[in-house]
Amino acid sequence: MPYSTDLDIRVTDSSLRDGSHAKQHQFTVDHVTSVVAALDDAGVPVIEVTHGDGLGGSSFNYGFSHTPEQELIKAAVKTARRARIAFLMLPGLGLQDDIREAADNGASICRIATHCTEADIAVQHFGLARELGLETVGFLMMSHSSPPEALARQARIMADAGCQCVYVVDSAGALVMEETGDRIAALVAELGDDAQVGFHGHENLGLGVANSVLAVRAGATQIDGSTRRFGAGAGNTPVEGFAAVAERLGIRTGIDVLKIIDAAEDVVRPVMDGECLLDRMSLTMGYAGVYSSFLKHAARQAGKYGVSGAEILLEAGRRKLVGGQEDQLIEIAVGLAERDRATAPTSPGK
Amino acid sequence: MTKATAAIVGSGNIGTDLMYKLLRSETIEPRWMIGIDAQSPGLKRAADHGLHTGADGVEPLLSGAERPDLVFEATSAHVHKANAPRYAALGIQAIDLTPAAIGPAVVPAVNLGDHLDAPNVSLITCGGQATIPIVHAVSRVTEVPYAEIVASVASPSAGPGTRANIDEFTLTTSRGIETIGGAARGKAIIILNPAEPPMLMQDTVFCAIPADADHAAVTASIHETVAKVASYVPGYRLRTEPQFDEPTPVSGGLARVAVFLEVEGAGDFLPPYSGNLDIMTAAATKVGEGFAQRITARRAGA
Repeated sequence: MPYSTDLDIRVTDSSLRDGSHAKQHQFTVDHVTSVVAALDDAGVPVIEVTHGDGLGGSSFNYGFSHTPEQELIKAAVKTARRARIAFLMLPGLGLQDDIREAADNGASICRIATHCTEADIAVQHFGLARELGLETVGFLMMSHSSPPEALARQARIMADAGCQCVYVVDSAGALVMEETGDRIAALVAELGDDAQVGFHGHENLGLGVANSVLAVRAGATQIDGSTRRFGAGAGNTPVEGFAAVAERLGIRTGIDVLKIIDAAEDVVRPVMDGECLLDRMSLTMGYAGVYSSFLKHAARQAGKYGVSGAEILLEAGRRKLVGGQEDQLIEIAVGLAERDRATAPTSPGK
Repeated sequence: MTKATAAIVGSGNIGTDLMYKLLRSETIEPRWMIGIDAQSPGLKRAADHGLHTGADGVEPLLSGAERPDLVFEATSAHVHKANAPRYAALGIQAIDLTPAAIGPAVVPAVNLGDHLDAPNVSLITCGGQATIPIVHAVSRVTEVPYAEIVASVASPSAGPGTRANIDEFTLTTSRGIETIGGAARGKAIIILNPAEPPMLMQDTVFCAIPADADHAAVTASIHETVAKVASYVPGYRLRTEPQFDEPTPVSGGLARVAVFLEVEGAGDFLPPYSGNLDIMTAAATKVGEGFAQRITARRAGA
C-alpha cells in the first residue's frame, strides 16, 4: 500500500532535530530558516524541528539549547511553504503542556518516543495530541534490543492510544538488514489498517539507506532521514542518498533528487560543525548497540577525565543504558579514570 | 511506652512492604491492613502477622469502636482524595504515599520537623525523596538558581499508576525541588530502564552553582545529608564523589555540581532493585515515627 496517491512513502527530515545532537543543541533561527527553506524547496514533505532530546530537552543532562526550541519551531512554520513541521517529545522528559505550546506555534505532527519496551508511558500524550488535532507518530527507540514480536506488542499499545504511525527506531544504528525487515513486517502484521509503520535509521554500521529500502519492502510507508546525515552518532540515513536510491528503485518520495543534493552540499553542510562520520566511536556504538546521542557526551567526558571515549560507550552498552541516561556517562568516565589511576605503572624507584 | 496504632490502607506491594517496616518499629504498631479484595495476598500476609484485616475499604475501620492514631495511604491519588477528609474529621493523621498531594510535602531529612502536627502529609515521589535532600544540601551552603534531577528506575518497579500519568511525577518532583530543595527553578526527568537483571534505582542531581562556590563546603554538606538519609534508608548511597564542572555553552553558561546516587531496597518484601519503592516506604515509616512520638508524648503528659 502506497502512502498516498502521489507518494509511495513519506520522508521526514530530522536534520533540525536529530542534527541538534551533532550541533550540541546550538541551532539558531537563521540555521533553521535556511535549512527549512532549502528542504521545502526540494520537496521534503515533513521537517522535524526540536531539541535533539525532544521538547523540554534543554537541560544539564542533554545540553542547553542556544535558542528556545519553540522559537525554532515558529521560525520553521513561518518559513515552510509546502512542508509540514513536526516535533519530537519523550514522556518523562517533556510535558503535555509542551505539546500544547508546539501546536499553538503551528507544528502539525507530534512524534512521541519511548524506549521500545515502555510504550504505555505515552498513552496520555497520544490522547492529548489527537485531541489537539495533531497528526501522531510513535517512536519505539532502541528497537534493535527487542525481538519483532515484542516490538509489535508495544506498537499495538501506541496504536490503541491514538498513534497513527509507529516507527521502528534504530537509535543505536545497530540493526543489520533483515533484522530491520523482520521488525517492520511484524509491526505491519500487527497493526494492519490501524496504523502505518515507519523506519528511522542511523549510519553507525553504514546501513541507513540499505535498511530503509528493506523497511520499505517489508511494508513501511514512512522513512526518516537527515540531509547530509546531520544527526547523532555517525548520523542518520542521508535523505539525498535515500531519495536517489528510491528513484532508481521506482519508489516515489516526491523529493527532487538534484535539488536535495544541492541543499545537502550548499545549505545543510555549512550549518554543521563537522561531517557526521563513521569513525571509531560511532562504529563502536553500532557494534555495541549504544544510543547514538551518547556520542558527543561520551567524547566530552572522555576529554574531561582523560579516558577512552570508546570505552565509555562500550561500558554504556554493557550496562544496557537506554536513551536519556546521559548522566550515567559521567559516572562511567569517573569510574574509568579511577581504574586507570589504580592500574597505572608506578614510577621507577617506588 | 505504648506505641501509636496505625492502619495501612492499600494491601498491594507498597502496603505490604510498609507493613514489614512498621512491624519492626519501636514507636508504631501496625494494627490494621485495609484492602478491597478479600483474596488479596497482601491481606493474607497481614493476617498471618496478626493484623486485623478488612476488605471493604476504610468505612468499617473509621466507624469502628477503636480507631487508629495514624493512617498510611498506599492506594491511589483518587482514593486518597476521597478518604483524606474523613481521616481529618476524625483527627487521624494521614501519611500519603500516593501522588494526591493534599497535605504539605515532606522529605524527612529536610523538613519533617515543620509538619509534625499536620493532619495530612504528602511524600511527593520516589525521585523527590531521593534527590530533594541533595538539592537542599547544596542550597544551604550556596545559591542554587536551577536544579535538575534524573531518576532512572527499573521498568518492573514502575507501576501502572506511574506509567499512566508520568507528567505527574515530573511536575510534582520539580515543585519539591523548588519548595523544599531550595532551588529557584527545578526540573525532573524520569527514565525507565528494562535491563535484566533489573538495575538498582539511580538518581543524578545537577545543581547550578556560582562559579566561585566553595566546592569543599558543598561536598561536605552533601556527605552529611547522604548520611542523614541513609539513617532511615540504609541502601541510600553515593556512587562516586560529587563532580564539579566549569561553565560551558552546553551547560547554558552555568557552573554545576553533579551528584550520583544509588538506592538499594532493603528487600523487606519488594526486591532490592526497587529502591524507588523502598525509599517511599522507608520515608513513610520515618514520618510516621515522628508523628507517633508526638502522639505518645501527648498521651503521657495528659
